[in-house]
Formats: sequence, C-alpha cells, structure tokens
Amino acid sequence: KITRENSKAKSFASPLLWANDIFCSKSTGISWNSLAALCWIHRAKMDTNLVEMFRAGLNWVTMALDAPSARVVLFGVRIQWHIFVEVLLGFVIVILLSQKSYKPPKRPLTEQEIDELCDEWVPEPLIPPITEDMRHEPPVLESAAGPHTTVNGKDVVNFASANYLGLIGHEKLLESCTSALEKYGVGSCGPRGFYGTIDVHLDCETRISKFLSTPDTILYSYGLSTMFSTIPCFCKKGDIIVADEGVHWGIQNGLQLSRSTIVYFKHNDMDSLRSTLEKIMTKNKRSKNLRRYIVAEAVYQNSGQIAPLDEIVKLKEKYKFRVILDESNSFGVLGRSGRGLAEHHGVPIEKIDVVTAAMGHALATEGGFCTGNARIIDYQRLSSSGYVFSASLPPYLASAAITAIDVIDQNPELLVKMKQHIALLWKGLKDIKGMSLASDPESPIVFLKLENSSGSTKEDLLLLEKMADRALKEDSLLVVSSKKSFLDKCRLPVGIKLLVSAGHSESDLVKVSESLKRLASELLL
Amino acid sequence: MITIPYLTAVSTYFSYGLLFAFGQLRDYSRLIFDWCSTNNLHGYAPICLAHEDFYIRRLYHRIQDCFNRPISSAPDSWVDVIERYSNDNNKTLKRTTKSTRCLNLGSYNYLGFGSFDEYCTPRVIESLKKFSASTCSSRVDAGQDRTISLLCFCILTSVSFLPSGTTSVHAELEECVAKYVGKPAAIVTGMGFATNSAIIPVLIGKGGLIISDSLNHTSIVNGARGSGATIRVFQHNTPAHLERVLKEQIAEGQPRTHRPWKKIIVVVEGIYSMEGEICQLPEIVSVCKKYKAYVYLDEAHSIGAIGKTGRGVCELLGVDTADVDIMMGTFTKSFGSCGGYIAGSKELIQYLKYHCPAHLYATSISTPSAQQIISAIKVILGEDGSNRGAQKLARIRENSNFFRAELQKMGFEVLGDNDSPVMPIMLYNPAKIPAFSRECLRENVAVVVVGFPATPLLLARARICISASHSREDLIKALKVISKAGDLTGIKYFPAAPKKQEEEKDRIKLD
Repeated sequence: KITRENSKAKSFASPLLWANDIFCSKSTGISWNSLAALCWIHRAKMDTNLVEMFRAGLNWVTMALDAPSARVVLFGVRIQWHIFVEVLLGFVIVILLSQKSYKPPKRPLTEQEIDELCDEWVPEPLIPPITEDMRHEPPVLESAAGPHTTVNGKDVVNFASANYLGLIGHEKLLESCTSALEKYGVGSCGPRGFYGTIDVHLDCETRISKFLSTPDTILYSYGLSTMFSTIPCFCKKGDIIVADEGVHWGIQNGLQLSRSTIVYFKHNDMDSLRSTLEKIMTKNKRSKNLRRYIVAEAVYQNSGQIAPLDEIVKLKEKYKFRVILDESNSFGVLGRSGRGLAEHHGVPIEKIDVVTAAMGHALATEGGFCTGNARIIDYQRLSSSGYVFSASLPPYLASAAITAIDVIDQNPELLVKMKQHIALLWKGLKDIKGMSLASDPESPIVFLKLENSSGSTKEDLLLLEKMADRALKEDSLLVVSSKKSFLDKCRLPVGIKLLVSAGHSESDLVKVSESLKRLASELLL
Repeated sequence: MITIPYLTAVSTYFSYGLLFAFGQLRDYSRLIFDWCSTNNLHGYAPICLAHEDFYIRRLYHRIQDCFNRPISSAPDSWVDVIERYSNDNNKTLKRTTKSTRCLNLGSYNYLGFGSFDEYCTPRVIESLKKFSASTCSSRVDAGQDRTISLLCFCILTSVSFLPSGTTSVHAELEECVAKYVGKPAAIVTGMGFATNSAIIPVLIGKGGLIISDSLNHTSIVNGARGSGATIRVFQHNTPAHLERVLKEQIAEGQPRTHRPWKKIIVVVEGIYSMEGEICQLPEIVSVCKKYKAYVYLDEAHSIGAIGKTGRGVCELLGVDTADVDIMMGTFTKSFGSCGGYIAGSKELIQYLKYHCPAHLYATSISTPSAQQIISAIKVILGEDGSNRGAQKLARIRENSNFFRAELQKMGFEVLGDNDSPVMPIMLYNPAKIPAFSRECLRENVAVVVVGFPATPLLLARARICISASHSREDLIKALKVISKAGDLTGIKYFPAAPKKQEEEKDRIKLD
C-alpha cells in the first residue's frame, strides 16, 4: 500500500519536477528533484492513516450528495453532485465579475502640499539671455526716408524703404497732410464704431474702390493688422486654407489665428499648388462642403517673387477655391497703371475674392485696406478684430493715401521710371559673384540670395548684415539684409533686399550694383 | 461683477428672443426668394455662413445708425456729426453733406490732445515737413527716425527738439523712458492692437501659461492665442480668484504631462474700457510676486489719464513700476496720436527688438504721430513752459468725478471707479440701445452705445468718456440730456435718492 501511495505521490509530483527541469539549470534541477521526491515519500508514510480517513470521508460526502439527485435526470442527462458545485462556482465568478475593480482612494493634494509645490516651482526667466547679435543697432536716419537720406550726418542712398514711386516728401502729399493735421489733429481718438470714423476715412475707402473698380473697401489702421484680421474673419475652425510657404508673418499670424486646417504648397510653385488642391479634393469628400481658400502674396516680401495669378485663378476655378491675395508690395506698382497684380496679369479683379494691402509701401503713408464685394466688406466691419477693437487710422494718413492715389493716376511716368530702374539694377547685378538674383525681373523688390549658403540661417544673416554694414560705411548705401524673428515660420533663403524707387537716379543704381559686386567678391569668395 | 435685476433679465431675454424669432422668419422667407434666383456660386461653401452673420443682418442692421457715425471734424469736445439717411431700412446708410454740431462724449480724447493744440500741432507739422508722413520701412531697416529715438529723450531733458547732433540716441531713449514710465527701456510700434498681439507670442510660447483677466481686450486675447501658450482666465479684477487659479495651476502643472510650467504671465489692464474699472494692481502684484508669475500691465486707457502726473495706474495706486515686469500702453487715447509701446528691462527690450515681428516686419510709426506724442508728454510734464498739462490732469479728474457723482445721484446704474474717465451706464434691453443713442443725438449729444459683440449679450450699455477739454457747462448740458433720455427709456434702475441696499436683495448675479 505504501508503495502504491509512493508511486501515486511520484506521479503527482512529476509535473512539478518537469517544470523544475525546465526552469532551473541542470545541477540545481537534479537536487530539487531529489528533494521534492523525498519530501513526498516522507509525508505519505506519516499520513497513511490520515489519507485513509480522508478517503472515507470523501466517499461518504459523494454518496450523501449523490443520494438526493441520484434519480434526477434533466434532458436525459443524469445530474451529479458536481454540477451543483459548478453552478455555485459559476455564481461566484459572476458576482466577482460584476463587482467594481479595486481603486485606490483618491487623495487630493493637501493645502500644505500645494504650498510646497508653489514654493518649489522655479519659473524660467522672462527672456533668454541676450546674445551679442541682439545688441546690433540699426542705422538711425536724420531726415525723411526718401531715395536719399542722412545717416550720421552723411548723405546716403536709401534702398531700404518701400518708397517704390518716390512719393515720400511729395509736395502734394505734404500739403494734404498739413491741411488734414490742422483740421483734424493727429489721432482719431477712437475706434471706427465710436466716433472714430472721420469723413476722410470714408473718402479714402471710396477712392480705393474707384481706383481698383471694386464694390467696397474697408480701411485698417495698420498694414500688419490687415491680414491677421481679415483671414480669421472668413476662415474658421474646420475650413481649409492652402497657403504659399513663403508668406510673410502677418499672414502666418492670420492663418494661425483662424484655427483652420492649413496646408502649405511650395513657394510660388504652381505644380505643387495643383497637386495640393487635387489631393485635398480627392482624398476628403467632406472638403466639398467646407470653405476653401488659397492664400498668396502678389509680390512676396520674403523673396521678391511675383505670384502667377492667371494660373492661380485657373486652378481656383477648377477646384472651386476662393483666393485671398495680399497686394502690399504690388498695389500702385504692378500693371500698366499701378492697379496691382490683377492688371499685371490681365485678370479681372472680380476673380479675386479678397484683396488686402498695406499702404505703407508705394502709397508712402500708413495703414492698410481690404477690398472686395459688399458683403465681404460689411461682414468685416463688425467681425474683424483689428477693425472693431482698434483706434482708426489717423486722418492725415488717410488723406495722404487719397492724394497718393491721385498722384499715381495723374503721373503714369512714375511707374515707367520705376520699371526702368528695376531693369537697370538687374542689368547691373546680373554678373554678381557669390550671390544670385532670386526675385522676379519685374518686381520692385530685388532680392539677392547667397549662392553658397553656410547651412545655418544665423550665420548667413551675420554675413549679410556685415555686408550691409560695410555698404553703409564704405559706400554710403542703405541696403538691408532679411530679418528673421523666431516666430517667422518662413524657411526661404535669406539675402539682401533692395527696394527700388522711381526717385533713385541712374547713378545711384550703378553705384549700388558696383558696390554690392565689390563687397560680394570680397566677403563671399 | 454686474448684477442684473430679475425683471430686466427676463425682459431682455424676451426681447432678444423676439428679435431672433423675427430674424429667423425673415431668413426663411429669404430662402424661398434665393431659391428662385440663380446662384452662380455653385460648388462653393458660403463665405459667411447664415448663422455667422445672422446677428449682423437681422439685429445689427436695424440699429446701424447708432454706430460708425462719421464726423467731419477733429474728435474734440464738440464734433460735427455727419447726417446719414437710408433708403433700404437701415441696410445701407448714405452720407449727406449736412452735419450737426454735437457734444462729444464718445472719443477717448482724455486730455484733449485730439484736436489742434497750440504747442503740439506746429511741431507735428514741422516734423512732417522734415520727415514726411511715412518711412515706408520697418524699424530695423530704415524706419528708425531720430524722432522716435528721441521720443522719450525729450520727455525729461526739456531741451528743444533737435533731430541731429545728438549721439548715442538709443542709450538716451532708454534712459528717458525709464524716467517717464518708470522702466529702464521701451520699444514703440505703430499700432496699439498690434503691440499686444505681436509681442505676447515673443514672450511666451508652448509650455507657458497666460492667466488673463476675464474682460481683457481682444488684442490680448489675439496675442495669447497666437502664442500657443495655455490660457486660463480669472474672474474680472478679483485678486483672490487669481491666487486660487495660480495655486491650482502651479500644483497641477501642464495639462496631461504634468510637467511644471515654464513661466506664467498674468495679464491685466489698467482701466477696463468697457467697465471703467481701475485694476486692483497692488493686490494683483503681491499675488504674482508670491507665486513668481510675471505681470503684464496694459495701460491703453490709463496712461496719461490717471495719476498725479498722468503716469497711469501705478502712480495712482502707488505701485512700484519695478514690480510690473512688462508695461504696455497706447498713444491713441490720452496723447491723441497712434501706436503703442512696451516698457521693461533693458534686456527685455533688446530681445523684443531682435524678435518682435511688429518691429521687424511692420512699417514704423509715422513720424508726425511720434512727434505728437513727444509734444503731448512735454505738455503733460510742464516742459513746454506752461502749466497746461497739470491743469488738464486736474480737469479730467474733476470732470470725471463730478459727472460720475451726478449720474449716480440721478439713479443710473454707473459702472467703474472714481477717477476713471470711462463710465458705462447700463441699458440691458436691446431696444434701449438705439433709443438712448437716438434721443441723445436729437439733443446734440453724441454718446457711444455698446452691445454684443463688445459686451456680453445681456449687458448692453452706453459709455461716456469724459475729456479734460469739456467745460462745466458742457457737462451740465450733457447731464440734462442724459437724464431726459434716461427717463424716456427707463434706465434709471436705482431710485434717485442714494438708497441702494434694498435693491441688492432681489438681484441675480451675473459674471
């Protein structure tokens, strides 16, 4: 009997032994095996009587349980006692499953802990440490920023002001400003809604509409605010905006504030635009019901490129997008009579849904405007943050804008002259070494980019700044390199920007091209 | 916190409900007409969704004549308001050549620099002749006129304005701003709105926290949104709630990651333009100091208007400007010009000049406007050789306190604090907005009425802005007219005698 028990014990133990064999190394496995076997044998010998009693008890329980259900047959199956136990177990499982799992009790931070956290917290300084390049001081002008100006008592040629038509210091503009200043004072002392609308504002809006032959115009008090107010007016969360990657910060800010879905296409690349539009319209069926916009600049401030409006309009009509166009650097400059990009490409202005422009360029004043159909303009008068919540444009600047448009209308020769100057500068800079012309040959922004970039924008900028500094010191030329704020997401190459004016003389243009060529060969080669 | 009587709240809701119902009805009938006419914009989603400009079409257009009233004179104490007429039920308004001379209670012309000034205007015209109207260039390129650099140089040195021959102008500029606003340096931009919306993103970004007063100006909201930082709001002008929010946020850290915040900026305004309330700056500053948050103070309405020498809310409440990290203000109001400034530590300004988009990309402030600011500040500080500035400051305080006291005596519900030149009168009901404005205009008093979206829908109000250029007779006339209009429209929510305690009981509270 003992041996039988033994063998039974062994057979019980054997799975355990196998497991040991698997998990332990061979030597320890063997020792474990023998130990376990010994254990079992020892226990079997000692507890033989106990086992006997247990067996007898078990038999009795089986009989007792089976007795009442011995004759129970359910659907031809004899119900045995273990069924009861199983059902009971089932109940227990159900009860356990239906109970909530264990969660540690929530213990919110005590007042003391919060105070400790507050004491421990160390904020970053408000601004990062100042580096050497931040200390760079821009040149200070001592006279009007016309084609020639004074820096440090020296007469310099100014290529840094977007005074494309040479209207700074124009007799008529000064006259109209003076009379407006005498009549209205300087500021308007209020937003447009609250007695800040002065008759010259309305006249200026009418004049711009008439000039561009659009139904209505809205004036903004600052060029930069025009775009970042107009875009969020019409583009809301969920709308789709396809924007050029080279747009300036004002537009980028507007895009960000609109919270729309923004897709960028390659700078001034119509194939990229086409494929982007195609992808949007085919991939997402829902986009058919959304408002869709293409945002572009007429003349890109960051590169001097001109947007091919005819192509954009074709694509816009094909894919049913609306166009928002910033004409800041083309209004008064492009086209036969200075009516901007639409005239330049012979596209009717109605095809562009929203046109915005800053007046701080060719018009030689300040502020900005947005023009388009009456509903678009009317909507902005109550919804555009930069219009509703900002003081209006000082009246003398509005009256200067009216006069400037009159001057453009009456003096088409200014435009011709400016175009000649651009051509002349291009001719002069054609064979520059170390840099290349990246702008459009008709753009008033002549943009020179580095041929061999160092790879780091910061270093490029330092080099270009050095070049601009030397141009000022050695040749009395005010030229500027691109400036980059860390907020600006535009990744176009940096370079030297020359803003051509009708007021420059031919010798100025020759001088600047000679000087830049010399500096480029000295600094870059 | 504005409390609104139950009955008024119910009637206001009812009025808006009615307007809304009629508007919807008209929209549906419009739908039928539009369906008949051909639509050439097939395939485009509408540029203004119906519900987006519903308010404009159906509510605002009806009372359009109360807003955007054009004037044909300087925004002085009296203005010429151009008469307008409409042929299409107020949908479009046409100008006539006629105008009426009205008392101006609407412009932010606090110190009376909005019109021709014997000291400022000749200097402005002189600088216009020398520098022309615009530089057509950003500040860093070629927009750096001596005028701007000298802006604050002239403020205290009281030497006559000589644009050439001065050296190290920037150092002097910084030195002088230090003396005027009480900070070591300053940067000037061409627009107040852009100052806020372009500078906040430079100061703070992702991982930062902006705690903003619930009634802060849109430009601050724009700036905060543009920055990418997390935004939390504290109850309007309640330092205790600010403390609670600060504690909670510092303990909790950034959402989801629970990392500690990089930095916290608390943004408040000096005078809230729609409430006329003066910021509780001393308490707010001490809370911020305790929790190591930076204070950003927008003094758009308070700079020049309050304080013994017009230095704004810090001077009025005795707060050391060293405790306010960033001081912002505009020149459109008290100085009668345009543009805005940021004043702060030398390093802060240097950093902003290197990174702020409004400095790098936008046209610099127009030179004559800059000259106007210089001259105005000189007058305020008495450096023009007269005491006009001190008189102006005394006058605006006197005028404001007189006008406020009188209005309160009449039983109007006037918001705001003493000394503040802005005083809103609560109207509540939408119908009272045009009624009050038209009644006043009929009696040649031009007031501003404000409704949604500048205020919450329920809390429409009229706003009076007092100027130093108002004479006592002007104010008495204005009070007469306002009282009459108030009786007619029933906006004297308090009894004429100053017994207010009983009234407070049956009011519901509204944020």
